[in-house]
Amino acid sequence: MNSFANRFSTTDHLRELKRAQANIEDDEFSDAAWGSEAGFGSLAKGVPTFSVPAVPDPSAFLRLHTDDHADPKCRIKIQHGTTTLAFRYKGGVIVAVDSRATAGSYVASGTVKKVIEINPYLLGTMAGGAADCQYWETYLGIHCRLHELRNRERISVSAASKYLSNLVYSYKGMGLSMGTMICGWDKTGPAIFYVDSDGTRLKGDLFSVGSGSTFAYGVLDQGYRWDLPDEEAQELGRRSIYAAGHRDAFSGNTCNLYHVKEDGWHFIGNYDISKLHYDGPDNVDGAGYGYDVRVGTRS
Amino acid sequence: METSFALTGNGYVIVAADTTAARSIVKMKIDEDKIKTLSSHLLMAHSGEPGDTIQFAEYVERNIRLFQIRNNYALRPSAAASWIRRSLAQSLRSRHPYAVNLLLGGYDTAEDQPHLYWIDYLGTSTEVPFGAHGYGSYFALSLLDRYHDPNATLEEGLATLRRCVDEVSKRLVVSPGKYKVKVVDKDGTREIEF
Repeated sequence: MNSFANRFSTTDHLRELKRAQANIEDDEFSDAAWGSEAGFGSLAKGVPTFSVPAVPDPSAFLRLHTDDHADPKCRIKIQHGTTTLAFRYKGGVIVAVDSRATAGSYVASGTVKKVIEINPYLLGTMAGGAADCQYWETYLGIHCRLHELRNRERISVSAASKYLSNLVYSYKGMGLSMGTMICGWDKTGPAIFYVDSDGTRLKGDLFSVGSGSTFAYGVLDQGYRWDLPDEEAQELGRRSIYAAGHRDAFSGNTCNLYHVKEDGWHFIGNYDISKLHYDGPDNVDGAGYGYDVRVGTRS
Repeated sequence: METSFALTGNGYVIVAADTTAARSIVKMKIDEDKIKTLSSHLLMAHSGEPGDTIQFAEYVERNIRLFQIRNNYALRPSAAASWIRRSLAQSLRSRHPYAVNLLLGGYDTAEDQPHLYWIDYLGTSTEVPFGAHGYGSYFALSLLDRYHDPNATLEEGLATLRRCVDEVSKRLVVSPGKYKVKVVDKDGTREIEF
């Protein structure tokens, strides 16, 4: 009865939505509707979707072509080894990542940008599938911009991360692989959210993701305080990535360091991990982070 | 490993859940709240598949709220349990079922009685005097069989809960560190420092 009534109703919201969609398809919409899509936002064109392989079980299909544990000869290799970290403290957010991409035991690249600059106030980190992180975080950037245009206000870190988590949750079980931290500064101050492809979304002060995360946590947890001075906070981020790069075979090469402040993110620098081992960040001979270098003749 | 307990007493239900969010061997967060307040006299502890738990809990939370807005009265605990069970049972028979286990504690203001429902991801729902989910349940259930008293005061109930928590941290290899404890009684829901 209800659906019967709806068919003839002129005020039902589904009907309104259909009319808006029809308008957009017909290209006959008023000027007022142009920018705002008649108040229906992105819904006017239907819920955004992403095409999946036209096979009965897309995730099995993906596994067949990407699982290098079972079949080292498989054609598509997904980047897995990584160390990324981010922490919140009184001076903002520090984001530090390594730059190594591995495909099995092969170091495919040593100059990967694992921090994705979503917009001047938001950073995303990359762990898991490089393509998944890059594509969906760029896509998130588009929607953050649309939010800004529609609401004349920057999107909060919480809303942006929830957008991403709802999106990846809708693809759950289809083979997406990402572990990311959405970091930024909004009305509430500095914020970090951990979002992964399980659909988990956690708010927190300190996160590390990737195969080297345990090594990074070891240094990070011990050196972390809320009231760290900026210099020391950056040093802690750098040193934690160094520790992971040193101990984890799948992390290393260089460390990229970012600092998010009230006026948006700033790129601090790129540091060679071997140089950090021997000479430290300021390139002073013998001032490195390495155990033997640090302990010197005492050992 | 995720653990949650709940027990009834004289005019109250205590719901407790650990506060760790783990991914493989790493604790990602140690102060995660896994007990949702669904309405003024209803609490729900959720555990299970990461992602599913929060999505399902928020879905339930909003639907319970929607019912309240539409009808100007809240669902009683038994009605809420039935609705939640049915949602899970329907989800189980869909392409992507929610793998979520729940403990639903509520105070029925119409008949002035506390109620506790144990619900699992298969859509089993049963009213119990006490319940538990996760590895902790293997230790806590026998303990509660021995020590639970349906007429216990809140202090005695919390003491029994303390026994559960202590036993789990004593015997379980990877025991959770901290628990969040919430109580629902005639005055509504509140968190208790434990």
